Amino acid sequence: MAAPKKSVAKESGQEKAGSPPELTKEQELKALRDMLLIRRFEEKAGQLYGMGAIGGFCHLYIGQEAVVVGMQMALKLGDEVITGYRDHGHMLACGMEAKGVMAELTGRRGGYSKGKGGSMHMFSKEKHFYGGHGIVGAQVSLGTGLAFANRYRGNDAVSVTYFGDGAANQGQVYESFNMAELWKLPVIYVIENNRYAMGTSVSRASAQQDFSKRGASFNIPGRQVDGMDVRAVKAAGDEAVAWCRGGNGPIILEMQTYRYRGHSMSDPAKYRTREEVEKVRHDQDPIEQVRNRLMGAGASEQDLKAIDAEVREIVNAAADFAQHDPEPDPSELYTDIYR
Amino acid sequence: MPIQVLMPALSPTMEKGNLAKWLKKEGETIKSGDVIAEIETDKATMEVEATDEGTLGKILIAEGTADVAVNTPIATILVDGESAADLAKAPAAPAPPKAAEVAAPAEAKAEAPQPKSDAKAPAAPAAVAPPDPEIPAGTEMVTQTIREALRDAMAEEMRRDGDVFVMGEEVAEYQGAYKVTQGLLQEFGARRVIDTPITEHGFAGVGVGAAMAGLKPIVEFMTWNFAMQAIDQIINSAAKTLYMSGGQMGCSIVFRGPNGAAARVAAQHSQDYTAWYSQVPGLKVVAPYSAADYKGLLKAAIRDPNPVIFLENEVLYGHTGEVPKLPDFIVPIGKARVARAGKDVTIVSWSMGMSYALKAAEELAKEGIEAEVIDLRTIRPMDTETIIASVKKTGRAVTVEEGWQQSGVGAEVAARIMEQAFDYLDAPVARVSGKDVPMPYAANLEKLALPSVAEVVEAAKAVSYR
Repeated sequence: MAAPKKSVAKESGQEKAGSPPELTKEQELKALRDMLLIRRFEEKAGQLYGMGAIGGFCHLYIGQEAVVVGMQMALKLGDEVITGYRDHGHMLACGMEAKGVMAELTGRRGGYSKGKGGSMHMFSKEKHFYGGHGIVGAQVSLGTGLAFANRYRGNDAVSVTYFGDGAANQGQVYESFNMAELWKLPVIYVIENNRYAMGTSVSRASAQQDFSKRGASFNIPGRQVDGMDVRAVKAAGDEAVAWCRGGNGPIILEMQTYRYRGHSMSDPAKYRTREEVEKVRHDQDPIEQVRNRLMGAGASEQDLKAIDAEVREIVNAAADFAQHDPEPDPSELYTDIYR
Repeated sequence: MPIQVLMPALSPTMEKGNLAKWLKKEGETIKSGDVIAEIETDKATMEVEATDEGTLGKILIAEGTADVAVNTPIATILVDGESAADLAKAPAAPAPPKAAEVAAPAEAKAEAPQPKSDAKAPAAPAAVAPPDPEIPAGTEMVTQTIREALRDAMAEEMRRDGDVFVMGEEVAEYQGAYKVTQGLLQEFGARRVIDTPITEHGFAGVGVGAAMAGLKPIVEFMTWNFAMQAIDQIINSAAKTLYMSGGQMGCSIVFRGPNGAAARVAAQHSQDYTAWYSQVPGLKVVAPYSAADYKGLLKAAIRDPNPVIFLENEVLYGHTGEVPKLPDFIVPIGKARVARAGKDVTIVSWSMGMSYALKAAEELAKEGIEAEVIDLRTIRPMDTETIIASVKKTGRAVTVEEGWQQSGVGAEVAARIMEQAFDYLDAPVARVSGKDVPMPYAANLEKLALPSVAEVVEAAKAVSYR
């Protein structure tokens, strides 16, 4: 159980300079495909929202794709994933079907929650995805509970608990950190720092802006990761998973990332400049990074176009299904309250 | 075929907006994600991003146009290999497809899949209360305290099912703040009897997460007053997840601990939360009075696949009662018990309120009024049938609770009687409750703040016109 405290524990703070380990061509192609799927899916969701086919709140993941895709590459079957309300990317990365996710967004019976949950509340027991939670920070205690169950059962599964820089200021996060370290629970806290909690920048809301240090008073190691580079995410995920499976307790990964769109669909995003968004998009886009590396390594335009086409087909089919699938039967109003 | 760009809805309530500005010109290349126009809504100016790649073919709505309805085509994008000559091919009015209407095809007139506001909600399913278990004649009865009955219930269920564990403040080494978990650590060990830090919100969430993963936690709150720190996890996570997941992910969990007033602990430690939790679909709410019911209902709660709020009473912990000595004594959730039969007036209560109700019934009997006392035991789902059957017989009803009156459980009972037995009532339903004040500390004021036997007697006489 007690693996020696390795580098990952000591390296709180900024990652050392230098490129992260390279991925194989197959891994790069898979990362590209999975990230593209999320991006195209989210663009389509935005479009359907604009058409009125999706209602309520809709939080898009565009810009942050490398985080979930990189982390997922580090996991194995049985590891659990839980997140907040910006959850479409996590579900797709977990292997949930685009059709079912999109149909939930449109509130149809073929959605993952039969249309009763919506954008923020979707689950898949089969894919070990535990939601989709609309209360900021609640998933942190829940994800710690998933890790508790793993420890109770003595299996070696790891709970990957995602939350944002905004949720990182909630009290129950620290209550959970305390118990997780106290009981050495196998949980990776992935803090997706996209710089803004709705319209409030990290600097206006956080006394300690280095989120990798947020576990310091509980002796939870943490590190900052370039969340725009899928290679860096995967490498950090690999180390964190090994740390947890080794019985060392929880670990924090601060993913430095960026969301291109507003907080939700109705957010005009006036708290930041268009230049800021454009700069990240131009210099750090997670998908372009992989595409450029693949092109540099001699991947053919044709291969990449084939991926584009495959992804577009999946997304279009999902959108089509989500708009034609019937709404839930009225009799569903009173089902699933008790079992 | 060219793609039409539609006027987007940019908030949950937007129906129209002003096309403030075009940022791309006809003929310009567009990439997915490019900002192509600015739109003013009633709240803000928003940017419209392209979701398709190609060339801006034609601008259909000029900048400066006000009140453009959502879903109006505003521009056309030409994709790979298309030219201006293809513009004519764009569909005239590409309204989003409708949801396949199954319930009421005749209503399918809306262009966009709007909810059918005039659709009638189906009837709520009626709760069917299961019968009490048969206790075979000659069953040995054991006299024990409610504290012991609770402990035995947990121990029996923990022996039966390895997924059941108990967590909370001081439940293990201290043996329980009120000694309800006495001996459990010794029998089951620290893996299954878990002392938590003082962190109600956090450990309630950890419990719910463990339950989502399939374990069956018993989460003890030292008192329900402290569970206000955790109420978000109880309601938003435990109660709602089954519904929000379309039935996929439930939560078999018991939240238990002492509720309501103890003695001389003042306002922050004396609140009754029965009415609060009883309002929430997805929760079951149990508040027993007798030792046998404490045991049988806690066992039922632990086995129940839903989140159960198990409200105990600190004053009652030391009270003794007869508990049948059976290998598996289960009292079904959702079934009230007629604790005392009578024909003149119905008194409905639960938990500590029963002590006032039963004593009042004795007093009333001395004056020739035979009260029927109903112990609800479960508040949600409520056994309305038993209440109504009694009121149809007596024509009069009094509710008794320690909690506050406004929106209280007594108010709910009175409403159900009014709805279902109005013609049988000979008098308005009376409510005896805790007074509408925070619990005072001074002994005399505390006594005044709580219901009393005298108040119950008085109310029963009033509805009997005696």
